[in-house]
Amino acid sequence: MRRDIFQAIADPTRRAIIALIAMQAMTPNAIAENFNTTRQAVSKHLRILSECELVKQEYQGREIYYTLEIDKLKEIDKWIEQYRKLWENRFNQLDNVLETIKKNEK
Amino acid sequence: MNNSFNFTIDKTANTVLINRDFAAELSLVWDAFTKPEILDQWGAPERWKTQTIYMDFKVGGRRFYKMTSSEGQEYYSVQDFTSITPKTNYQYISGFSDKDETINPELHGSESNLDFREANGVTTLRMTMKYKDIATLELMANDRFKEGIKMTLNIVEQILATFSK
Repeated sequence: MRRDIFQAIADPTRRAIIALIAMQAMTPNAIAENFNTTRQAVSKHLRILSECELVKQEYQGREIYYTLEIDKLKEIDKWIEQYRKLWENRFNQLDNVLETIKKNEK
Repeated sequence: MNNSFNFTIDKTANTVLINRDFAAELSLVWDAFTKPEILDQWGAPERWKTQTIYMDFKVGGRRFYKMTSSEGQEYYSVQDFTSITPKTNYQYISGFSDKDETINPELHGSESNLDFREANGVTTLRMTMKYKDIATLELMANDRFKEGIKMTLNIVEQILATFSK
């Protein structure tokens, strides 16, 4: 199942996991050591992050390492830009409305 | 034309800040934001339409309006005015509702604050929008602007804040 990226980062533990593996690839055990929670809980978070394609698994020998998908995070930059653009366009429309009113008043 | 459009995100407060200059006097800009017949002319995104159903611009009053997408989908919203200082400032809490004005409590609660100042015939708007939590934004992103305008700023901000530590 492919999940929404928002679902992935709506949870504070998952955001903390993202921050952790942004620094270096880590095994599930090493990740779990940073949290005051069960190994199963951390595994569930990692599964959700994988389903959103925010992290990927890499095998090094017998160990699984989780790494961050940087390109996926860049999608978020695009959303910021769209939101900024929405307000920019809206206020450009207002400029036109203001001009029209000023002309009509004269 | 340089309108000094400035769009930033407060790292600590789940808040979007917008600054914008308008080449018009304060009373006109104030009217453009507070009179529904003018507001409806510019308040919609491109290819969308906005229509104020009613607007009672006083403290405790409400604006109930709908936005219609290019595909004809309708989204209803309310703005509840919490503070008004004429030609200086007004504040409201916004939320989404259905066509009968029944508010979705999960999507209610982003707080907007608008300051207006005039100098030399130019009116400067300083606007802040404070979102309640991540869940609100997530739902907004899923339900509201499916055409791509996803309001993910809080989420993004938290991630970026985590990275910058």
